[in-house]
Amino acid sequence: MYTAIVFLPLLGALVAGFLGRIIGARGAEIVTCTFLVIAAVLSWVAFYQVGISGQDAKIVLFNWLTSGELDVSWTIRVDTLTAVMLVVVNTVSSLVHIYSIGYMHHDPHRPRFFAYLSLFTFAMLMLVTSDNLLQMFFGWEGVGLASYLLIGFWYHKPTANAAAVKAFVVNRVGDFGFALGIFGVFFAFGTLDFDAIFAAAPEHANRSITFLNWQVDELTCLCLLLFMGAMGKSAQLFLHTWLPDAMEGPTPVSALIHAATMVTAGVFMVARLSPLFEQSQEALWFVTLIGASTAFFAATIGLVQNDIKRVIAYSTCSQLGYMFAALGVGAYSVGIFHLFTHAFFKALLFLGSGSVIHAMSDEQDIRKMGGLAPKIRWTWAMMLIGTLALTGVGIPHMIGFAGFHSKDAIIEATYAAHTGIGQYAFWLLVAAAFMTSFYSWRLMYMTFHGRSRAEPEVLKHVHESPKVMMLPLIVLAIGSIFAGFAFKSLFIGESYDSFWRTSLFTGADNNILEAMHHVPEFVYFAPFIAMLAGLFLATLYYIWVPSLPALTARIFKPVYLLFLNKWYFDEIYDYLFVRPTKWLGRFLWKVGDGAIIDGLGPDGVAARVIDVTNKVVRLQTGYVYHYAFAMLIGLAIIISYFMFSGGILK
Amino acid sequence: MTYDWPILSAVTFLPLIGALLIVLMVHDDDEAAQGNARWTALWVTIVTFLVSLLIWWGFNPKSAEFQFVEEHEWLGGNIRYKMGVDGISMLFVILTTFLMPICVLASWDAIKTRVKEYMIAFLVLETLMIGVFCALDLVLFYLFFEGGLIPMFLIIGVWGGKRRVYASFKFFMYTLLGSVLMLLAMMAMYSQAGTTDIPTLLTYKFPSGPIPFLNWEIQGGVQTLLWFAFFASFAVKMPMWPVHTWLPDAHVEAPTAGSVILAAILLKMGGYGFLRFSIPMFPVASELYAGFVFALSIIAIIYTSLVAYAQQDMKKLIAYSSVAHMGFVTMGVFTLTVQGVQGGIFQMLSHGIVSAALFLCVGVIYDRMHTREISAYGGLVDRMPIYAFCLMVFTMANVGLPGTSGFVGEFLTLLGAFRVNTWVAFFATTGVILSAVYALWLYRAVIFGVMEKASLKSIRDMNMREIAIMAPLVILTIFFGIYPAPLLDVCAVSVKQLISNYQLALSAAGQSQLALTH
Repeated sequence: MYTAIVFLPLLGALVAGFLGRIIGARGAEIVTCTFLVIAAVLSWVAFYQVGISGQDAKIVLFNWLTSGELDVSWTIRVDTLTAVMLVVVNTVSSLVHIYSIGYMHHDPHRPRFFAYLSLFTFAMLMLVTSDNLLQMFFGWEGVGLASYLLIGFWYHKPTANAAAVKAFVVNRVGDFGFALGIFGVFFAFGTLDFDAIFAAAPEHANRSITFLNWQVDELTCLCLLLFMGAMGKSAQLFLHTWLPDAMEGPTPVSALIHAATMVTAGVFMVARLSPLFEQSQEALWFVTLIGASTAFFAATIGLVQNDIKRVIAYSTCSQLGYMFAALGVGAYSVGIFHLFTHAFFKALLFLGSGSVIHAMSDEQDIRKMGGLAPKIRWTWAMMLIGTLALTGVGIPHMIGFAGFHSKDAIIEATYAAHTGIGQYAFWLLVAAAFMTSFYSWRLMYMTFHGRSRAEPEVLKHVHESPKVMMLPLIVLAIGSIFAGFAFKSLFIGESYDSFWRTSLFTGADNNILEAMHHVPEFVYFAPFIAMLAGLFLATLYYIWVPSLPALTARIFKPVYLLFLNKWYFDEIYDYLFVRPTKWLGRFLWKVGDGAIIDGLGPDGVAARVIDVTNKVVRLQTGYVYHYAFAMLIGLAIIISYFMFSGGILK
Repeated sequence: MTYDWPILSAVTFLPLIGALLIVLMVHDDDEAAQGNARWTALWVTIVTFLVSLLIWWGFNPKSAEFQFVEEHEWLGGNIRYKMGVDGISMLFVILTTFLMPICVLASWDAIKTRVKEYMIAFLVLETLMIGVFCALDLVLFYLFFEGGLIPMFLIIGVWGGKRRVYASFKFFMYTLLGSVLMLLAMMAMYSQAGTTDIPTLLTYKFPSGPIPFLNWEIQGGVQTLLWFAFFASFAVKMPMWPVHTWLPDAHVEAPTAGSVILAAILLKMGGYGFLRFSIPMFPVASELYAGFVFALSIIAIIYTSLVAYAQQDMKKLIAYSSVAHMGFVTMGVFTLTVQGVQGGIFQMLSHGIVSAALFLCVGVIYDRMHTREISAYGGLVDRMPIYAFCLMVFTMANVGLPGTSGFVGEFLTLLGAFRVNTWVAFFATTGVILSAVYALWLYRAVIFGVMEKASLKSIRDMNMREIAIMAPLVILTIFFGIYPAPLLDVCAVSVKQLISNYQLALSAAGQSQLALTH
């Protein structure tokens, strides 16, 4: 069954990709969607078997790499952590497949699109079922490839191509660290298999290693290197710049890859490697620092963006930061819980915005929308549910939408850590919760409410999306409402131990889940109040006094520009890395190779020799004869040497 | 399993017999004669490949010894005709025979003048290349090693592009320098050891005591001198920075099949030479100068990757990327760890397939548009989806994506490097970022975008012949990425022996050194 879950999407990708011309677009859709739905249903069965019944599984397929003591196999490992990911990946993927039938219906390259989607799903499944670091890296790069192909799916658009390359290259920067981390783990542990590494991890605590002439703590060094990969994949601060640009891809892609699944791979990785991270407080400290900072930073940018998808993209970036903050304080299950609920409501928001874009004839600028609610009731309702879930609407101590349970738990966990970095994270995350609420409602108001600012021509064609697009939205909406409430006790509540068992590791002195229940009352209410404040302010700005946004922008112009221009990261990177690389490449080519090496070497000598040879033989074939001649002389010398010194004449 | 007929000589000289056949049977230069030459060459190379598979079939991967050894009187004295393969060389023989039919097919329509001579040159070249990997005698090796350059010269010089004279001259300058030094070294080895038999020399201990020279001492003594003499030749072949500048020019001017052979086989002779001569015969010097090799390898990886990014000519870009990929080979081989050496060998084999395929891909569109300028293309995927798919696979292999053969070699060499020196691994790993930069840039510029140029509007996708060429390369690239064991297992035992001998030799040398100082 597990083999089927992983390989059905691959089969679908191959059929759609290679036989797409024969079976046609409809055939490709039917094949890939059917396989994905089967895989999704089986994933829920797996979730039950592994999570509830407690039957872990490991299937060794065949050997991959054997060299010396390195021995790596293709393996499917299913424990609770994997089962959770299987459910997330296959559920969202199958819904996105179905949604795409409607969303892409006028695209001539549908077989290719569905092949890529299924290929992505396969790579993601390989990632989450891996039993060693190398297979994880395979999935890691595989999803990167699929992401590259899908972002650049509309290859006529130069911006899409640029965004695709940027995503791949920035991810490679992260992978640079990941790869070094893998080398380091092999160097330190002599294996790449998870079980062996985890078993040996406690012995390695507080050992030191020499890395680049520095004497550093071994596990801290390894964890930080590996985490660099996670930062790239999950678009964390400094390596986040590719994610907003990735919105150039078709919207279903954004929902699947850049919201629900691929970008959470970094979170999954840290959780999977919890036995390693748990041994290094320094590495965890850094994870929280980056996570909380990203959550705050990305939210500030989300406040002022005008592209509907980019707002949600920055929101994703920010929510991923929440997850890392939770992991960093040792609350791994809380981070995964948020990953789980986030997958539902973020995919819902993206697919919902896709429905808006579809209705608006491919318009994405929310300044050109407004007042759409009566025209597209269902889409509005779905987006509303997504917003309620994302902003974490609920009653403290009681019940709420999905995001309420998971996000508030993260905020409580950071406070419960009772560390300096925990406090830092707590305040930033509460501030981010306020901003999340503000930009989410701003998005809702500007899109659906108030006066319409759309072109009359566009407005005439506004229509509700077909059923095939609505059905996935409804399923996701149900998840966004109930996922938090229904799964809370399994993920972070009473059933914690029987559910997770050994798939998440927490050290003996890590009792964060217990401490979460003993935080002051204001901690429970802080995110609630932040959420209400954001809602209030957004309503004030965009419904009651619509002139306020422009006024605020004028008064706080530098801050506004900073946020609008995404803290100028792209410009700084362009200045620091992109241009120097181009310049250096040209310089080394023209000056290094051309002027110095060739100038002093062959060309300099050649100039002399050509003078001579011009007079002696015809240029055309002269060198060949020369060479043959030189070689023959060489042979003559060597043979005569041998003959005289030790051979026949002796 | 052994055969009661000399299989290595048979594989080596079959192509030569084919060349003779063409000489004797094809006389005119009309359509029919050209066709005969092509078909003869194709059949000969296919038969050679099939026979060479018997070597793999019969090869015992559990033995580190030379297998299928043949030995005959030759030039008298101790110079004998001796052939044999071990786990390190065997796969290169197969790689050579595998690529030759592909080269013949790739030249099918592209070569229109002097077809007969062209095919003869290729068949002679094949004999010489196989000979390099089978020879177990220094003189025989030298004959094959240097002899192979003559047909290559002819191929570039006669069937090459506009600047072929300059390119072949540069090639000549560099290789001459290397081969003269290597020749001297071989003579010195003979006078020292009294034999040119390679298996004997592998266990011979060349003196490594320091030699006074002016005011210095040359560490590693005789070994150092010999090591550098061989190094000059192999470094040029690899090619290593800074003696790499002949390669881009040679590639640009060579016809497609010439580029394929150059990148896939001739470059590998350098790496093979390090493994066959430099490391086992001069272990003390190898140990002393490994750091030097690492430095050059890292420079090669970073420097040429950056230069590749600046190229406007497709072939030059791929040529520079080859230099970078060979940097991983030299780095891995000199780590003298199992992973590093196996990774180096694998990287050479993988690069043999992938770079060959990339040059063939350039050839496909060059044959249609007669330009290699990157800016002359764009949006090809509209008209050439099959081509776009093939190029995507090879681009990803070039980038070292896991699941392609390109990953295995890079990963293993870096893994080996990390053990020896984290700085080396650190710098070399930046190659994974840079390769993505230039390779994806090339792909995007050629395949994606809007097809604006009018001249491209009628371009055709690959025909059956071209698909037949690409299909095996695509399949192997992915197969060996997912299941590299067939290649790694073959060389595993030989590599282990190489390393254990190396370490034994080092400790022996260390002890004698100690004995001298006490």
